[in-house]
Amino acid sequence: MIHQYKLNGYNIVLDVYSGSVHSVDAVAYDVIAMYTDTPKDKIVARIREKYPEVSEADVLECIEDVEELKANGKLFTDDAFSARAAAFKAKTCVLKALCLHVAHSCNLACAYCFAGQGEYSGENALMSYDVGKRAMDFLVENSGSRTNLEVDFFGGEPLLNWDVVKRLVAYGRALEKTCGKKFRFTLTTNGVLLDPEVTDFCNKEMYNVVLSLDGRKEIHDRYRVDRAGKGSYERVVPNFQAFVKARGDGEYYVRGTYSRYNTDFLQDILHMTELGFSKLSMEPVVSNPDEPWALSESDLPVLYEQYERLASLMLEREKEGRPFTFYHYMVDLKNGPCIYKRISGCGSGTEYLAVTPQGELYPCHQFVGDPHFLMGDIWKGVANTALREEFQGCSVYAREGCKDCWAKLFCAGGCAANAYHTTGSLTGVYEYGCKLFRKRMECSIMRKVAQAEE
Amino acid sequence: KRIKTLETRDL
Repeated sequence: MIHQYKLNGYNIVLDVYSGSVHSVDAVAYDVIAMYTDTPKDKIVARIREKYPEVSEADVLECIEDVEELKANGKLFTDDAFSARAAAFKAKTCVLKALCLHVAHSCNLACAYCFAGQGEYSGENALMSYDVGKRAMDFLVENSGSRTNLEVDFFGGEPLLNWDVVKRLVAYGRALEKTCGKKFRFTLTTNGVLLDPEVTDFCNKEMYNVVLSLDGRKEIHDRYRVDRAGKGSYERVVPNFQAFVKARGDGEYYVRGTYSRYNTDFLQDILHMTELGFSKLSMEPVVSNPDEPWALSESDLPVLYEQYERLASLMLEREKEGRPFTFYHYMVDLKNGPCIYKRISGCGSGTEYLAVTPQGELYPCHQFVGDPHFLMGDIWKGVANTALREEFQGCSVYAREGCKDCWAKLFCAGGCAANAYHTTGSLTGVYEYGCKLFRKRMECSIMRKVAQAEE
Repeated sequence: KRIKTLETRDL
């Protein structure tokens, strides 16, 4: 399977099953498009009719080049992975990461929040140190031979339980000395309580910090409001700026959510850069289609255009020496994930679990609060093994809707939570998200082609 | 001359 497209002046051909990317001229683009279903003499005739300046020998040479690439496994490669998908289903459930819900409580009440303003359809709750400590022991006990483990402090708003976060980090550092493990800690915050003390601690201990900002003030304040309904932009932006200044070269993301009210989200990304931020993410809201902020099919043309303009703008800014990164464009063609990961996905429900303040286990943060997805607890482990097996089977080859998709080895079948919440099945396909994903991949690959051409 | 292949990893 191949995917051909034209973008930003480039003719691009992706060979799906080898991952090869080719930048071609117009003649080669048309030759490749005809190659599998057109006799050689007709390819020559059609090309010469369309491009009179191209000789027959030239066209034949181009066809030979295509044949050489095919013989070398770089073009029209067969699917050699489907037979191995069953073996991946038998993957073990050795943990690599936990999402610790240290707070089912929030000092904001963002309307579009998937977590129901931070409480996950339950009661206000903070994780105790003892529960957090046991969760980290559970991670170590179930991590097999893995050395590197990850713990994400999540909420709600984790800074509402800051003392416990600090104590758990200290406990993790102590475990490193006794268990031979290494912890990578991350934190997601709305920024309201991000003061100098938190900043200093994060810069010492947190591998990555995600800072929630939707962009322009009027966009951010539309939904990111406090319990009194007042926008939070003026409170959080100075905190984020001070944090990023102190962060130096450390990892962080300023992460926004775009909705139907800012389909011109490129303006919000530009606003983030004007505020001094350079590591950015802007992600589409995923919600019930009846919600006022929900994106719809009619928004797609403008969203596609925004993604394309963003990719071009990033190339311009790189040339000007003012680069910024965009999370969804960080595809790595030279070193990206191996085939196992490209087929099996993120590992939710098997290698990654979410822990509630009460110590319950869920497949990931997006399933927390739904009793159908309660997997067990941190004292007795995973009791719902049938559910775990269902997640084990969530490979890209388990999704009928992915069968003919050229992007399937980049998304591994997509997010199980999005699939479930939009189709009712873990192996369903959230088609709207797929459309945006494919556009992002086209833009990401175009950026790589442009960089290679320079 | 008409096709440039980027350096990509072996999956």
